[in-house]
Amino acid sequence: MELQEFITNFANQFEETDPSVFTKDTIFKDLDEWSSLMALSIIAMVDEEYGVALKGDDIRSANTIEDLYNIIKSKK
Amino acid sequence: MYNPFSLENKTILVTGASSGIGRAIAIECSKMGASVIITGRNEERLKETHSRMKGDQPNYIVADLSLPNDVQNLVQKITSLNGLVNCAGLTKVLPFPFAERKDFEEVMEVNFFAPTELSRLLVKSKKLQKGASIVFISSVSGVYCSAVAGSIYSSSKGVINGLAKAMALDLAPKGIRVNCVNPGMIDTHIFSEGKITQEQLKEDMKRYPLKRYGKPEEVAYAVIYLLSDAAEWITGSNLLIDGGYTLL
Repeated sequence: MELQEFITNFANQFEETDPSVFTKDTIFKDLDEWSSLMALSIIAMVDEEYGVALKGDDIRSANTIEDLYNIIKSKK
Repeated sequence: MYNPFSLENKTILVTGASSGIGRAIAIECSKMGASVIITGRNEERLKETHSRMKGDQPNYIVADLSLPNDVQNLVQKITSLNGLVNCAGLTKVLPFPFAERKDFEEVMEVNFFAPTELSRLLVKSKKLQKGASIVFISSVSGVYCSAVAGSIYSSSKGVINGLAKAMALDLAPKGIRVNCVNPGMIDTHIFSEGKITQEQLKEDMKRYPLKRYGKPEEVAYAVIYLLSDAAEWITGSNLLIDGGYTLL
């Protein structure tokens, strides 16, 4: 599992936000397109791609995409 | 004492009685005088429900209703019923693009196929007496509204809505009534897997005109009504219990 690949998978869930917006430091909850459905889509994507079952609280405690990446890595 | 809602002299089978709404239904029905047979997958938790029921109650029956042998065994152990409450159920929260066939199958097995087959076998073996009442725990979801990432759950509850109406027609000549109750969000552990945070649930609660989630007992009271002789002329209906949620 690589950070860059994770960022791409993360960005793929979005429709309106330009992929160039997404970096490891993106505060994803500040994005206009962020929503409760998006949170559930990220959880589902992580389960599908990495076999890790995230909880809503994991999303809550992460600020940047890298934070989330590190949480997933610690659960793998 | 005058009480048209009494369940005295009635034997009622409650599935999914090891937790949540099913447990509350079992306990409240016992308080209304019914003899309640409870079933579920988890023996420890069934024991707990059994110990909290009132009166001299028949022993619990451990069964996984998704296993044909367990269903057969359960039906065999039962001699006669005046009521059946199909309560066993689960949910799976997945945005539609991620909801695969296997996810639908997992939920449909428990929420649809299992109660359908159990009901059918109980009817066919004539264990459900004339005047018996079958109650399905459906939902607001899939019948009146849905929720984000709720395609699987909504499907499994919407299908019950159709099933109950057709069953009500086919079973009317046998004097068996079939109805659904449709709860909004009830305080249970249905979201314990944690995809939805406590904070999100608190926020969601505010969307209810009556400003809270329902209690399992409040679903039980509606079920008691539909099981009782007070509802003798009610079949094929949906009883909404949602704190006003679907008004908005």
